[in-house]
Amino acid sequence: MIELKNISKSFGDRKILDNISGTFVKGKPNLIIGASGTGKSVLLKCIVEIVEPDEGSVLYDHRNFTEGDKNLKIEIRREIGMLFQGGALFDSKTVEENVKFPLDLLAKMPRDEKYDRVNLCLNRVGLQNANKKMPSELSGGMKKRVGIARAIVNNPKYLFCDEPNSGLDPQTSIRIDELIRDITYDYGTTTVVVTHDMNSVMGIGENIMFLYKGLKLWEGNKDEIVRSGVQELDDFVFANKVMMAMREK
Amino acid sequence: MKDFGKYFIFLGNLFVNRESFRTYYRLTVEECVLIGINSIMLFALVSTFMGAVTTVQTAFNLVAPYIPKYVISQVVREMAVLELAPTIMAIIYAGKVGSSMAGNLGTMRITEQVDALEVMGINSISYLVFPKVLASLLMYPLLVILSIVCALAGGYIVAFFASYITPTDYIYGLRYAFNPFTITFALTKSVVFAFLVSTISSFKGYYTEGGALEVGQSSTQAVTTSVIAILIADYLLAQLMLAS
Repeated sequence: MIELKNISKSFGDRKILDNISGTFVKGKPNLIIGASGTGKSVLLKCIVEIVEPDEGSVLYDHRNFTEGDKNLKIEIRREIGMLFQGGALFDSKTVEENVKFPLDLLAKMPRDEKYDRVNLCLNRVGLQNANKKMPSELSGGMKKRVGIARAIVNNPKYLFCDEPNSGLDPQTSIRIDELIRDITYDYGTTTVVVTHDMNSVMGIGENIMFLYKGLKLWEGNKDEIVRSGVQELDDFVFANKVMMAMREK
Repeated sequence: MKDFGKYFIFLGNLFVNRESFRTYYRLTVEECVLIGINSIMLFALVSTFMGAVTTVQTAFNLVAPYIPKYVISQVVREMAVLELAPTIMAIIYAGKVGSSMAGNLGTMRITEQVDALEVMGINSISYLVFPKVLASLLMYPLLVILSIVCALAGGYIVAFFASYITPTDYIYGLRYAFNPFTITFALTKSVVFAFLVSTISSFKGYYTEGGALEVGQSSTQAVTTSVIAILIADYLLAQLMLAS
């Protein structure tokens, strides 16, 4: 479980996040949704502390990450897997080396075991024959899947995904969503996904947080989202023609 | 002033939360190949021509009949050892290696590869920059030695094929009144310049913000700042080590 307590963040005079609190539950996909520029990615970066929040704290299973000492931060960070928007694969390494990278640096296990684990993760994401390919040879969807394989190779307790569907076709988007959902249920990870894709919301949105101009306006699940009664959320949800058609029916 | 402080904090971060010796060994060897082995041809070519041109220009200026011919190669030696090999080559080194370091780190930054390392709990400054600095400190002095040898060889080629000075006089001049301290001075400069180029370029690249345009700007700034730092350090070292 991850708890956010009064997270605020400004860049210069511009307030990006304003007093955000909430809880991300274990074993379910948790979604942070909102239009572009509402602070979703900044919130995610504050949670993993790539960006330091100005105020508030983040608790990982009751351990205060924000105010913890250096050793606690390293300990928690080594329990985190993260999928970045562009994949963030290391250009100079092959797919196999990219996925093996966290094991090389963070895990103490025999060499053969590392390769078995890498192959297992690549199989999990459906890339069993891509071991020797370079990131430049991969499509956008494949990069995302390699990113997921790298994120889960170390058996993370917490999985973060920043816009996993951006730039992908609808079919690949659904496959990525299903993969994230299956990994979350199978391994019992606390998964947090940042997205503005309504297909993802309706597909895997078990616990959803809606951000609007840096404020948390609503929290619920995919069944409740269509009758939230929050105007800003309705504007966001029903901007999609398919959702609009569903409402009219 | 703010950047100056940030640079020293950046340097401090090189030495904290380090990874295993084996990790750094492998990364440093890779960087040595990129920095050192891949620069040999450029250094050899530039140095040979610099030595040859210095010989011709010195001969052109020493027209008085009472000045012995071997003075030409003596001047070439002092020029190559004291200034051309360590300093001028450092400027070329900043252009080739420094810009590459800044571009590489800048690209890693804007494509979130640096963030990926940080999220894994890895000190990205130490992991990415420390091997570059170490490799630079190891390889640049060797490149300077190569450069000195090539510059003197370039002068010899001119002596052999042109009529400014005989090869015998050239060799005599190279050995005449040689002060070994000049080599110590050149190698000291090479270590200082290697440190400045690698750390300044890495600093500029590591803190790149924005996109592809900013990566280019970081590379340019890395070269400009490195060159200024080299020239200031060159004067300070000369004042400290040579002024009596």
